[in-house]
This record gives sequence, C-alpha cells and structure tokens, in this order.
Amino acid sequence: MILKVNGLEFEYPSRPVIKDIQFTISQGDFLAVLGVNGAGKSTLLKCINRILKPQSGTVLIGGDDAFGLSRRELAKRIGYVAQHHDGLRTTVFDAVLLGRKPYIRWEAATIDLKIVQDVLRALKLDDYALRYVDQLSGGERQKVVIARALAQEPKLLLLDEPTSNLDLKNQLDVARLIKKVVEEQGLAALVAMHDLNLAMRFANRFILLKDGEIFAAGGQEVMIPENIESVYSVPVSIRRFGDVPVVIPA
Amino acid sequence: MSLTNTPQQMDAYQKYTARKGLVILVLVLLIFLAALIALNAGSIKLNPYQVIKAMMGQGADVAEIVIWQIRLPRILAAIVAGVGLSVAGCVMQNNLRNPLASPSTLGISNAAAFGANLAIIVFGAGTIRSTGADAVNINNPYFVTLFAFAWSMVATVVILLLARTGGFSPEAIVLSGVALSSLFSAGTILIQYFAQDVQVAAAVFWTFGDLGRIAWSEVIILTCIVGLAMVYFLLRRWDYNALASGEETAKSLGVNVERVRMGGMLVSSLITAVAVSFLGIIGFIGLVAPHMMRRVMGGDHRHLIPASALMGALLLLISDTLARTLVAPVVLPVGAITSFFGAPLFLYLLARGYRKQ
Repeated sequence: MILKVNGLEFEYPSRPVIKDIQFTISQGDFLAVLGVNGAGKSTLLKCINRILKPQSGTVLIGGDDAFGLSRRELAKRIGYVAQHHDGLRTTVFDAVLLGRKPYIRWEAATIDLKIVQDVLRALKLDDYALRYVDQLSGGERQKVVIARALAQEPKLLLLDEPTSNLDLKNQLDVARLIKKVVEEQGLAALVAMHDLNLAMRFANRFILLKDGEIFAAGGQEVMIPENIESVYSVPVSIRRFGDVPVVIPA
Repeated sequence: MSLTNTPQQMDAYQKYTARKGLVILVLVLLIFLAALIALNAGSIKLNPYQVIKAMMGQGADVAEIVIWQIRLPRILAAIVAGVGLSVAGCVMQNNLRNPLASPSTLGISNAAAFGANLAIIVFGAGTIRSTGADAVNINNPYFVTLFAFAWSMVATVVILLLARTGGFSPEAIVLSGVALSSLFSAGTILIQYFAQDVQVAAAVFWTFGDLGRIAWSEVIILTCIVGLAMVYFLLRRWDYNALASGEETAKSLGVNVERVRMGGMLVSSLITAVAVSFLGIIGFIGLVAPHMMRRVMGGDHRHLIPASALMGALLLLISDTLARTLVAPVVLPVGAITSFFGAPLFLYLLARGYRKQ
C-alpha cells in the first residue's frame, strides 16, 4: 500500500471543502477522482502533499506520516502536477531537472542528469531536450510537467486535471502515458479528472466526490448511471463499444 | 526506465551549459576592460604605463593618490554596487513574480532619501562651506548614511511585516512598495519645503547617486555584504527556479516557499539599503541588468544570478566612466546617467517583445 488517507478534513473559515475522506491506493493503481467543479478534487490532492494544511486526518505515504516528514522528504515520495502552471524560460531538460530539486544540495550530479535523460526518453521527449519550454505545444508542455514529477522518482503521482485544455490526441496520449508509467514503474497515481470517458477507459479505481465527501469509491462497478447522476445531477446512460465504456448524457 | 546512456544528448546539454558559462566569462572580461579604461579616464591625465606603475606603488605621488585613493575605490564601488543592485532586482523580480520589482520600486530607495533629507535638513548634518563652486557640503556624512540606512530598513521592515503578518500576496507587496515609495517622497518634499535653500541643495545633492563619495572602508563594508548576499542567493538558486514554476509546484518540490521568499526579500532589501545609504539613489540597474540577461540566458537562476550580477557591474562601471568623462572636468551624478540610458534601454527591451517571466 502506497497511500492511506484517513478522516481527512479541510475547511476554509466559512465553509468546509472536504469532509471525512478515507481511502487507500496501492502500487499500480490509477485512481480517478471525479466530481463537479468545487466538489473538492483539487483540495484533496493539495492536502495529501501538504500544499494545504488539513484541519484533521492522517495521510500515510509508504507507511510514513506525511505530516511528520520534511517538505524535501515528502517531495521525494510524491510528485505533483498543478492544474495551472507557469514556468521559467528554460529548456525542456532544465525544466525536468527541476524535478531533481529534492535531491540536489548544491549542484546536479551525474546521476541527476542521467535520470532526467531516462525520463525524457521514456516520455519520448528526448528530441525536444534543448528546446525552450515556451516554444512547445500545450500537449508537449503537459508531458514536460509530468516528466518533471517523474524525475522526482516518487511513489505517488498527484495530477490535477492533466488532460484539461488538451486536444483529443493529446488527451489520449497523456492518459496512456500515466497508465503506462503507473504499470511499468510500479507507481500509483491519484488523478483529478473531468472527462468521465477518459477516466473509465484508463483508470482502474474511482472516487466520486460530492460536496466534499466520498459518494462512492471502488472499481468499475461504482461507475454506474445512478451514481453518476447523483454526483453530476445529469441523467446518463452507459454504452459499451467493444471494450470501451461510453457515458452518454441524456 | 532503462539506464542506458545516450552520450550525444548529454554532450549536447553540456555544450549548452558551457555556452552559458562562456557568456559569463565574456562579461568578466568586459568588466576588466571597462575597469582598465576607467582607471585611465579622468581629469588628471595618466597614461597606461603611469597607471600600472602607480598600481604597483612605484608611480609619482600624485598618480598614486589619484589611482589608489580616488579611482580604484570608485571603480570597485561601481562593480560591487552594480552587482548588489542587479542581483537584488533579479531576486525581487522572481520572488514577487513581478517584472517591475526592483530596489527602487519597493520604496526602499525613497525611504533612504527621506532619511538623508531628515539628517541634512532637520538635524543639520549639511551646511555651506563656501559660496564658490563647492557651495554644497555635507559635514557629517556618517550621520547622513546612518539615517538613510535606518529609514530604508524601516521601509523594509514595514514591507516584510505586511507580507508576513498581513498575509500579503506578492502582487500586494509590490503595490504596497509603490504606496510606501510615494509616502516617503511626500515626506521628503515636506521637509524640503520648509528648509533653507542651501540645505535643500545639500539634500538634493545627496539624493543624486554618486560613486565619488565612497571611501575604502565603505567599499569594504559594501563588498562584504554583497559577497555574503551572493553566496546566499546562489545557495537558493534552485529554490528560485522552483518558485518561478508557481507556489504550489514549488511546495511540491520541497521548497519552504514562505521562508525562501522572506529571506530573499530581506537580503535584497539589505543590499539596497546599504548601497543607497553609501551612494545615493542609482536607478534602473536593478531593472535593466536582470532583464537584459533574462533575454540572453533564459530564466534559469543558476546562470541568471551570476550573469545579472556581472551585467549590473558592467553597466554601472560604464555609466560611472561616462559620468566622469562626458563633460569633464564636471563629474555628473551616476544616478542621472543610469536612469538616462536605462530608461530607453528598458523601452527597447520591452519593444523587442515582452515575455512573462
């Protein structure tokens, strides 16, 4: 088990955002966090790696209490990709090298450069290594940010809507990429998503958040029209085309 | 991930970083060249041979005094202050996520000017010596420097308190700097309004940034502070890169965002306070030099911090040499030169296409 979250609560002074969140993730899990805008998906992700400080609850990462670790130690275990990100005007190589930050004291060592190189190759970014990030397309840039998170050599990836703002091909590319690294490198990924079809096609586990609470959690079996309708307030039906389930709003 | 190596790519990356090292080396050489020219320039004509002899302590007495007591401290002050003001701007721009952040836009320079005015006018640290060309005299420079420093630290503390306890965002810090800036200008105007004209002359003269007033002891103090600040900034260079990727990303990369931001603000404010107290207001170096180097080197602070520092030194040294030679024997205040050339240069950089850093 990579992550165990128990009784997690976070509230802004005026209103609670997430309440009594409890779940676990194991190696190889691609867990999609679903729910309407404002349901608490981003907040949940940020509480797990302490970008936000939850009022109560525990987060165990690989058996260690996440709130007892230093930020640097936490950064060696959890890679995070924010929903919005700006970046420096740097090359792709340097942008990914930043993921080695938790390991670097004074200067990047040969091993850091090598890990960056391997990540770039695994994500097929090696041809772009010396291009400036701001010259890349949205899809390529998203891969660079994921590459940076992978360079942290984390056990867990937290991805906040990694496929939003991407075209169809890049959505599929990025989702495939996440599935691939999770399976091949034995990571776990917690991914906030909006696209139900993409989630059902690539994720193996699901959390449906409603008003900050877990409405349903589990495997494909929780992705039934009744649950989706309760969470999104839209009646839907689900059809299968071969292996691919498709959610069709009424 | 396989662990096989592709040497070509590694080579390409190392070549790429080596090119940045080359830019830094070229800047160092240019500073040396500018320093040599500056040693030779001035009202008292010395040929390069006399300069070298004087440097070695074997020149004529006049030459030795000119070189050792006048030109050398001035040149070193230009280099060190240029380094300090430029890195302060570079770090402030990154920490506050605002391309306009610089020592002079945060109210620190104006606060120093206010302190100096207070010392000269209200506490009588400046008077007249004669009615000749030297009508302006500041008869207690240390008192003025201390006042300037104290007030610039007041501005720094106010800004840091607002940032820390007021929970101000970087944008709000920049705006409160602008507010403080105009508050201190207003204070200065009020003091000057009720002062005698000779006192105003002395105060205004102080405000003009001028490297000629610095003595060896002050050069040493400035060098120590700027040196320590450089070490601190370089230690933090990866944190600054992370911070530029956004606050949340920086936290997720293990950066203690609040501590890094407060530390950067404190150290860059300190450099500014010391430099302005010794030298008066020298504008635009902290703005122009880092932005020039961002264009050439990109935004990576591993290269940007040293390159900005060197570019700041080079710009201030050239400006000061121009100030001494343009209408010699009159020495213009270097603050006027940096602003005069800095503003058009800055506009040119903007016109070349502005990218959010």
